Amino acid sequence: MLEVRNLQVYYGVIQALKDVSFTVNEGEVIALIGANGAGKTTILRTITGLISAKAGEVLYEGVNLQKIAPHKIVSLGIAHVPEGRHVFAQLTVYENLLMGAFTRKDKSEIEETLQSVYKRFPRLMERKNQLAGTLSGGEQQMLAMGRALMSRPKIMLMDEPSMGLSPILVGEIFDIIKSISESGTTVLLVEQNAKKALSIADRAYVLETGRIVLADDAKKLMNNESVKKAYLGE
Amino acid sequence: MSFLSYLIKGISLGSVYSIIALGYTMVYGIAKMLNFAHGDVIMVGGFVIYTLMSLAGINPLISVLAAIVICTLLGVTIEGIAYRPLRKASSLAVLITAIGVSYFLQNVALLVYGSNPKSFTSVINVPALKLADGKLTITGETLVTIPLCIIIMVILNLFIKKSKVGRSMIAVSEDKDAAVLMGVNVNKTIAITFAIGSALAGVASALMFSTYPNLSSTSGAMPGIKAFVAAVFGGIGSIPGAMIGGVLLGIIQILSSAYISTQLADAIVFLILILVLLIKPTGIMGKKLHEKV
Repeated sequence: MLEVRNLQVYYGVIQALKDVSFTVNEGEVIALIGANGAGKTTILRTITGLISAKAGEVLYEGVNLQKIAPHKIVSLGIAHVPEGRHVFAQLTVYENLLMGAFTRKDKSEIEETLQSVYKRFPRLMERKNQLAGTLSGGEQQMLAMGRALMSRPKIMLMDEPSMGLSPILVGEIFDIIKSISESGTTVLLVEQNAKKALSIADRAYVLETGRIVLADDAKKLMNNESVKKAYLGE
Repeated sequence: MSFLSYLIKGISLGSVYSIIALGYTMVYGIAKMLNFAHGDVIMVGGFVIYTLMSLAGINPLISVLAAIVICTLLGVTIEGIAYRPLRKASSLAVLITAIGVSYFLQNVALLVYGSNPKSFTSVINVPALKLADGKLTITGETLVTIPLCIIIMVILNLFIKKSKVGRSMIAVSEDKDAAVLMGVNVNKTIAITFAIGSALAGVASALMFSTYPNLSSTSGAMPGIKAFVAAVFGGIGSIPGAMIGGVLLGIIQILSSAYISTQLADAIVFLILILVLLIKPTGIMGKKLHEKV
C-alpha cells in the first residue's frame, strides 16, 4: 500500500534520513521506533509532503506522493496525526472535526463520520462546543485522532500519540489505535514508547540516526536482545 | 453639542480606519506579514473612482463597484507577484518588498495623475441630518459610513466564524502545516485573504475620500499607517481588535485635534499607541494563547 524507497532528507547540510526504505501493507499496524532525533517524525512529514526529500520515492498505491501538492495528499486517503497534536486552538472541538473533513463534499456522509467519531470518543461529544485550546493533553490527542478519522483515511500516520500522557491515558490511546486498526484502517505508528508500540504492531522498523537498522515482526523484535537493551529498558 | 458632533465624526473616521485595519490584521494573521502597500491600494481605489466619476461621468455607484473590483484584483496580483515567491524568505525581505510595492504604486499614480492633488467629489448623495434645532449636524457621509462599516464587520465576522473558507482561514493563521494536512490549499487561502482585505480597501477609499476629498499619490499612506496603528492597538491578528482599535483611533484623533491641537493630533495618536503597547504589548484584544501540552 505504502512503499518508501531510498529516502534521503536533509535539513540544510545535516542529513536527517539516510537511504530509508520500508513498506506498509494494507491492514497492517507498522511501528517505527527509535530514540529522539532518529528521524521518525521526518519520515512521516516527508510522506505527507510537509518536507521534500532530496532523493528517493514515496509510493502510495502506485502514485509517487512527491509529485503531488501536499494539500492534495489527504484526499488520497492518508491522514497524518502530527506530533504534539496540533489541534486548532481557536476553533471548537466540532469545528476542528469539520476541518478534518475539509476535502469531503457530501454533507450527510460527513455527518455520519462525525457521529462515528463521537461514538469512538464520547469525550469529544461532551466537549464539542469547547475551544480545542482549553482541552487537556489527552483530550487534544483524541481530537487530533478524531480529526484525522474525519477524512475517512485508508491509512493513518500517527506521530508520538502517547507523548506527555499519563500511563492510564497511554493505555487508552493504544486501545483506540488498536480498534481503529481493527475497523480496517492501516496504521503507521511512530513511537518512543517502544514497548507499547511493539505490543500492538504487526511489524516494526528500528531507526538509529536516520537509518533503519532493524526490521522484523514486532513479536520477534520484542525478544531481540539489543532492542530489549536499548528501547525496552530491560 | 459640539462634543457629540466631534464624537460622531470620530466614530465615522474610526469606522473607516477599522475597515482598512481589517485588511492589515487579516493578512498579518494568515500570511504573518505586514502589507505596507495596503494603504496605497486605497489611493488606487480613490483614483479609479475619480477617473470614472469625475473624468468619465459614470454613475457613482458603478464607479465605486469598479473601484472595489480593481482593488481586489490589484491586491491578489500584488500577493501573487510580489509576496508569494517570498513565502519562505525572511520576514525582513517580505517587509522590504511590501515597502517597495507601496512606493511603486505611489509613483505609478504620480506618473499618471501628476503631483497636483485632485479634488474628489463625494460619492454619497445623502442630505445632512440636522438635530437639536440645527445645533448638531450629521453629514450624509457620516450617515452612510457608520452603518455601512457596521454591516461589513458583521458580515465579515459571520463569514469567518461560520463558513468553511472562514474556518480554513483561521486554521491557516494558527497552524499552516496542520491546515495543509487537512487538505487546505494555503496559497489559495492567502489569496482569498488578500482579496477580501483589498475589497475592503476599495470600500474604504470611497468612504474616506468622500469625507476627506484631497486625492494625491500619497494620500493612501497616512490612513494606511493609522489603520496599521489601529490594528496593532487592537491586537494585530485579531479581527474584533482591528474594529475596536480603528474606532478608538478615529475618536482619539478627532477629539485631540478639536480640543488639544490639530497639528499635534497625529502625534497624540502615536503617543497613545506607545502607551498601550507599554502597558499591554499584545494590544487591547490580543491575547497569548496558552496551549496545553
